[in-house]
Amino acid sequence: MTASVTHQTIEAVWRIESARLIGGLTRIVRDIGLAEDLAQDALVVALERWPESGVPDNPGAWLMATAKYLAIDTVRRRDRLERKHEQIAREIGMQLAMDGSDLDAELDDRIGDDVLSLMFMCCHPVLSADARIALTLRLIGGLTTTEIARAFLVPEPTVAQRMVRAKRTLTAAEVPFEVPSGDELDRRLASVLEVVYLVFNEGYTATAGEDWMRPALCEEALRLGRILAALAPGEAEVHGLLALMELQAARSPARVDAGGEPVLLLEQDRERWDQLQLRRGLEALALAQRGAANPGPYLLQAAIAACHGRARSAAQTDWREIAALYDALVVRLPTPVVALNRAVAHTMAFGPAAGLELVDALRAEPALARYHLLPSVRGELLAKLGRGAEARAELERAAELTDNRRERETLLRRAAACTGDPRTVSGS
Amino acid sequence: MRFMMFIYPGIKDEADWTPSAEAVGAMSKYNEELTKAGVLLALDGLHPTSEGARITYEDGKPRVTDGPFAETKEVIGGYWLLQTKTKEEAIEWASRCPAGGDVVLELRRVFEMSDFPPELQAAAGVSETEPEHTAAQ
Repeated sequence: MTASVTHQTIEAVWRIESARLIGGLTRIVRDIGLAEDLAQDALVVALERWPESGVPDNPGAWLMATAKYLAIDTVRRRDRLERKHEQIAREIGMQLAMDGSDLDAELDDRIGDDVLSLMFMCCHPVLSADARIALTLRLIGGLTTTEIARAFLVPEPTVAQRMVRAKRTLTAAEVPFEVPSGDELDRRLASVLEVVYLVFNEGYTATAGEDWMRPALCEEALRLGRILAALAPGEAEVHGLLALMELQAARSPARVDAGGEPVLLLEQDRERWDQLQLRRGLEALALAQRGAANPGPYLLQAAIAACHGRARSAAQTDWREIAALYDALVVRLPTPVVALNRAVAHTMAFGPAAGLELVDALRAEPALARYHLLPSVRGELLAKLGRGAEARAELERAAELTDNRRERETLLRRAAACTGDPRTVSGS
Repeated sequence: MRFMMFIYPGIKDEADWTPSAEAVGAMSKYNEELTKAGVLLALDGLHPTSEGARITYEDGKPRVTDGPFAETKEVIGGYWLLQTKTKEEAIEWASRCPAGGDVVLELRRVFEMSDFPPELQAAAGVSETEPEHTAAQ
């Protein structure tokens, strides 16, 4: 085995073991920053030794034992040697003495809990969304600071600082290392799911970042979602989020044409959808629906995505079902964008007049005052209803509001095509 | 990237095809590990070749031969579909499979978008306008 091959093997081991390692160490040393340092130090030892000795039979256990020895050293060396640290050192020593029992089923459960606890810690609401994302990708996903910086188009030191501050915040806030329970669980789980979905959307809608990192972020979010679904199988919204991501990712191959232009959902070539991912999405949705008395926002969004996924062609879409799901979603997730999408669904199900009624109700919404899709949708509905002059004014307003050149040109073309007034618009 | 992992159990007599309870237990534990790590997309175990058939072609016409087949060494016993970040990660997972004896595991990479030329890859990632939101999801 050559050294370079071993190096890549060690990276692979790290990817598999790092979350369990850092989780287990955080439980022991009660400090996420120290735990990460210890895990990194153990990795450095592995990088020194494994090219000579080969990868041990149980690399995870090897890394954990090495990190524990390093922990005893570190904890003892610390200037501010408190009683807490002495006690920790003793506990680790005892654990090391008992190692060998490390492979029983009880331990498997604990490893799962450690990873889950680590996720809850990384996604604690005391941290900003940016910090939560960075910590989660680093400590659970095993991504490097460089990879995270590239994915989010921010300088590497910014990401590094963000993580240092986040770890300090967690320590200062004395966030416990545990899976929350009771009422706390819902709130904390929502924060975890939000982080996973933000990562997914960063990859899926690509507002920034290098091209090659975009699919990688989607895959990373899917992996996080699958881990969560395996570790917290009783939570309907976890399956709901996984279903939503799988169903959306299934459409990826059809989302752009050969020239790189985005293809609208209803115009996509459904033959190109990833059938395996579609099936996995529908299976996850079924699991979510089995456990949900009161469907949450991810489950409802997944159910909407599933309506599209099940339709062989755009014409076969069950718009009445989608409109009903949006009626439920707008209650659970009362955002203006959801409300607007609901209006579009009602248009498809019940005609432009029904849609326009809902859209008109949104015109007083301050959050949508500068949102180009509101006049864009309203303009299209007015055009369908034969109110050409009003339609053109709305589409022109939408064109003014959008930052996207290509979209502005399309809107101006649509505006010019509206009849009712002979004036045409130039400049498209 | 996705890898298909095939297992060739290397069983000489198909009457021995059904594994022991111990082997099944170890394999279930392995599969659970793959699930908890978020890398497992699909898996299936396959019946012996006595319940299968081979289709060959003579002058372009299909000819069906029912199992069992003689060359048992090349018989696939099942597969896993794994999603990993690197080939090495897939190899690392494969090396953790509770197997031994004459078993052979084979990893094969699945074709996907990232295997296409860079200009097509770039095309697949572009979507400045969140197109799907303009049409009700």
